[in-house]
Amino acid sequence: MFMVGAVGFVTPVLLWALVALPLLWLVLRAVPPAPIRRRFPGVALLLGLQDEDNETDRTPWWLLLLRMAAIAAAIIAFAGPILNPRERVAGTGPLLVVLDGGWADARDWGRRIERAVALVDEAGRDGRTVAVVRLTDAPETVVFQAADAWAGRLAALTPQAWLPGDLAGWAEVLPDVGFETFWLSDGLDRAGRSALFDALDAAGDVTVFQSPRPVLALHPAGFADGAVQLAASRLPAADPLEVEVVARGPDPAGIERELARVTLGFGLGEARGEVALSLPPELRNRITRFEIAGQRSAGAVSLTDDSLKRRKVALIGGRADNAEGLQLLSPTHYLRQALEPVADLIDGSLMDVLLANPDVIVLADVPALTQDEQDAVLGWLDGGGLLLRFAGPLLAASDVSRLSEDPLMPVRLREGGRIVGGAMSWGEPKTLAPFTEGSPFFGLPVADEVTVTAQVLAQPDPELAARTIAALEDGTPLVTRKEVGQGQVVLVHVTANAEWSTLPLSGLFVQMLERLAVSTRPATPGAEDLAEQVWVPEVVLDAYGVPSDAGEMSGVEGAALAGAMVAGPGPDLPPGLYAGADRRVALNAVGAETALDAAAWPAGTPIEGLEMAAEQVLKGWFLSAALAALMIDILAALWISGKLSGWRRGMAGLAVVMLALGAAPGAQAQEAAPTEVVDPDEEALALEATTAVVLAYVQTGDGALDQVAEAGLRGLGERLWERTSIEPEAPVGVDIERDELAFFPFLYWPVSTSQPLPSANAYRKLNDYLRTGGMILFDTRDSDVARVGGNTPEAQHLQRIAAGLNIPPLEQVPPDHVLTRTFYLLQDFPGRHGGAPVWVEAAPPDAEQVEGMPFRNLNDGVTPVVIGGNDWASAWAVDEMGVPMFPVGRGFAGERQREMANRFGINLIMHVLTGNYKSDQVHVPALLERLGQ
Amino acid sequence: MTEAAPFATGDLRQRAETLGQSLPPLLAEADLLASTIMLGEHGRRRAGQGDEFWQYRPTHSGDSARMIDWRRSARSDATFVREREWQAAQSVTLWVDPAKSMAFSGAKGRVEKGDRARLLAMALSVLLLRGGERVGLAGAGVPPRPGRGQLLRLLMGLEGAGAADYGTPDATGIASHGGAVFLSDFMGDMTGVEAALARASDRGARGVLLQVLDPAEEDFPFDGRTIFESMGGTVRHETLRAGDLRARYLARLAERKDRLAMLARAVGWHYQCHHTGDAAQPALLWLYRALEGGR
Repeated sequence: MFMVGAVGFVTPVLLWALVALPLLWLVLRAVPPAPIRRRFPGVALLLGLQDEDNETDRTPWWLLLLRMAAIAAAIIAFAGPILNPRERVAGTGPLLVVLDGGWADARDWGRRIERAVALVDEAGRDGRTVAVVRLTDAPETVVFQAADAWAGRLAALTPQAWLPGDLAGWAEVLPDVGFETFWLSDGLDRAGRSALFDALDAAGDVTVFQSPRPVLALHPAGFADGAVQLAASRLPAADPLEVEVVARGPDPAGIERELARVTLGFGLGEARGEVALSLPPELRNRITRFEIAGQRSAGAVSLTDDSLKRRKVALIGGRADNAEGLQLLSPTHYLRQALEPVADLIDGSLMDVLLANPDVIVLADVPALTQDEQDAVLGWLDGGGLLLRFAGPLLAASDVSRLSEDPLMPVRLREGGRIVGGAMSWGEPKTLAPFTEGSPFFGLPVADEVTVTAQVLAQPDPELAARTIAALEDGTPLVTRKEVGQGQVVLVHVTANAEWSTLPLSGLFVQMLERLAVSTRPATPGAEDLAEQVWVPEVVLDAYGVPSDAGEMSGVEGAALAGAMVAGPGPDLPPGLYAGADRRVALNAVGAETALDAAAWPAGTPIEGLEMAAEQVLKGWFLSAALAALMIDILAALWISGKLSGWRRGMAGLAVVMLALGAAPGAQAQEAAPTEVVDPDEEALALEATTAVVLAYVQTGDGALDQVAEAGLRGLGERLWERTSIEPEAPVGVDIERDELAFFPFLYWPVSTSQPLPSANAYRKLNDYLRTGGMILFDTRDSDVARVGGNTPEAQHLQRIAAGLNIPPLEQVPPDHVLTRTFYLLQDFPGRHGGAPVWVEAAPPDAEQVEGMPFRNLNDGVTPVVIGGNDWASAWAVDEMGVPMFPVGRGFAGERQREMANRFGINLIMHVLTGNYKSDQVHVPALLERLGQ
Repeated sequence: MTEAAPFATGDLRQRAETLGQSLPPLLAEADLLASTIMLGEHGRRRAGQGDEFWQYRPTHSGDSARMIDWRRSARSDATFVREREWQAAQSVTLWVDPAKSMAFSGAKGRVEKGDRARLLAMALSVLLLRGGERVGLAGAGVPPRPGRGQLLRLLMGLEGAGAADYGTPDATGIASHGGAVFLSDFMGDMTGVEAALARASDRGARGVLLQVLDPAEEDFPFDGRTIFESMGGTVRHETLRAGDLRARYLARLAERKDRLAMLARAVGWHYQCHHTGDAAQPALLWLYRALEGGR
């Protein structure tokens, strides 16, 4: 291939055409530009004039250059330029492609496969046989096959979530024939790698491909100093690097999302970076995994198990910790010491700590609880709580669980307890008996130093034996337990301090607390913890760090799991979460101490990076350049010949600019000026509503109902025109979702069950409306069948609507409410139906009736809502001719009722528009008196 | 280049009247008046020969009894003489080049030369007719007549373009001792101009030559390979480098102007060049002054 620098040409012969360019130069110069025809009366004066120079105006050199460049670009384009053309080296013999196939490959698996496919394709073209092996698989005999056979299988190959184990096995299965090897390595060293390399090298050339991208591994999170300790390793350790570590877990709704994010930095040349992440316990307990953001590999994901979860323990001591008492004598001192590093302690009164929903409540020598407390604790126990009680002098002296078993005590207690081994007793202090099978403490070594000098004694009972989980050597129960609901009550028959026994002083105390799941276990479970259990995988990670349900995978032996915790996961034990009897253990792709070692290849081995300069065909670019140059040439030629004038020149300039911008895509900054768009409909409504008083009704979506509401307000408007100085315009229907409400002093809202509930935005508008002085008349139109507040569908719908509204306390219209006298004196507010109570905002409780005044001195302002069911709109409604649309009552009495309904409407609108003006009349006597003086 | 809308008849008249309003009525020169064969109603705003009543004045000594207006004198004790306004009229003949070359406009939005020439002609007519002069068109069958009604006939006569590329002045119909106005670009053959001038001056007519040119014709802002064509397309000239011709063109144009000025001077006429890029009013003012006799 003909190469010029990094550019190669497919058909370099065409480049000879470039020689013709100087020729073209001459031709272009010789051909004059096309003449322009001009109408010009002055031509009469030109007749006979000869051109001084017989040659035409030369095309300007830059235009010639442009044209030459265009043609040169076209010639080069057709010669097929390729940037960084790949040199193909034909090999011979079989080809072995070795992939590590661990999680460390997952970061650029696509490229590795691409490279492998390219190798296999090339080998296929050369007629070589190929074998592809993935070192994470179990070693099997390498068989060379035709390249075609591999083409499909390569694409389906995926990396594994673990790293290759010992490679020694692979060295043994290599065929005897000579072959060439391409090793797509992840760059990590491991056992047997150099041996395998030697074996491959013996068979033929070995080329190693290694990605320069760093391998990042996140170690399991630990807990220390009140914070989650995160550590990550990288390879190679080079420039300073910062990665984001993301903590994920379910939110309260159970949806998995990012809970926290912390930046972890690697210093210059440091292979390991650490960071502490301080989180509230609530959040921390929800974390299910940590991952390095942006890294798609199992090594960058660390699942968390129970070791990160910290239990919330509420400590409640019976005696107040008086400042004078020694701290060592405090009933909770040893508990606090034991639990503080491993649990989140909550202090406070029992009722307070119950609100925090602790996992464990420890009652140290608390004898009796009140009935409330007892009920609350029982409820909490039913939900799975652990109540741990310690005995003590107070408990021993109390009557708790004496005659009958207290619900919060596992056993009945004998009066007084006993003291052994004291100065006034015969016996020696008692030691512990070995824990029996079935006890949660089974397996713990009984320490001899633990002695008990005093204890409370359980009443012998048929159930006592079953409830005893630890006993003294003489068989008296030391720890008893009872199941309550989902939870349990545990009583330790000695004090939580060293007063009655040395138990709190011993290490056994901590272990026992651990076994009771009061405190949390150490971060890494030991082999003995895991042994003799079957661990069932619950969640497994794939190589990309994506968790998936383990499904029907079979459980593994504890011993195997313990081995994997040390050696790392393998085919049988993929990284994931394994559940045992009472805890879950996370097996991560990267262990706490896993180190990333760089693979060292023998000198002389050709090592290639994956990041090969990609082949880039430049033909399109050159053709585009030629086309653009020709476009510019058109404009330039027009300009030269003076045919660009006026707006054409502007357009041409624009075109050139567009061309330039098109050449640099992304340079366009689009900044749309924010413009206030006023909806013409909205504006019309605003104008209509603000030029005069306009009564409005809420459109319910029920056509007939809206028509009645409109007719009703029209009728009311006519009455107002006739009788008062309020002269409302034609009523308007408003859509509470869309329209602005602020223009309307009054909204009539006929409640219809078919109306959907307002949206959140509409509620916000309605609440604003009510707060800023608007009034809504809710009409359930059902008082003929029910009283308001009853269970008619409309009333229920009103309750649903009103749930989102800020409606103040209501009361039935009191006889002295200003609504009864704003225009007419009324005591009854009938509509088409009558007699149902009407509700308005309640008067403030401190409103008092002054002696001699007819009314109370009531609140200022207008009631924001009036609620009733009298179907006023129907009573007010008139048709186009002004004739009432609906009959009201019967005969003359009915007309009287309609009149009262109209009067109510007038009073209501007056109230809306004048507020408490009439209420101020309580001051009239005082004013008159003052005037009289 | 000839995209300017043609004048509507009413439009041209209206614009002409508007322009004419701003000038005082034209007064013809006194010595010309004396030789005018036919006296016209051209009020001189002073007493003299004429038909129109001018004023009554008390009789002086020396007034013949015949001059006394007895009807007026009978109404009072004094005797009065009735004086008449001195009136004189002049025939002015206009020739506006109707050739196609006048339809040239060098730039968008600039009026055509012909339009400008017709406008000037009409404005002048309005002024003259208002002053009581007789105005007619040369060769177009519109003999000089007074009165505003003549405006319409003039207008009709001015409408329509000729078929020729370049116009030749027509001296027929020029009244003896009258005035003559030639409005043209004078781009055509000069012999026609010379002949017309000779014929007009033979009749004792005096007048003006107003050359109406487009600024483009003055500047010759062309370059490059160009084929120049006359408006009718009968004359064409091709050049490879128009820019080179500019100096020689301008020289020829200057020569043409000189020749026109010389011709005009020889017969006692006035010559002026007007550009369509300039306002029309100075040109009208100049025409008015030139017809008055050129001070």
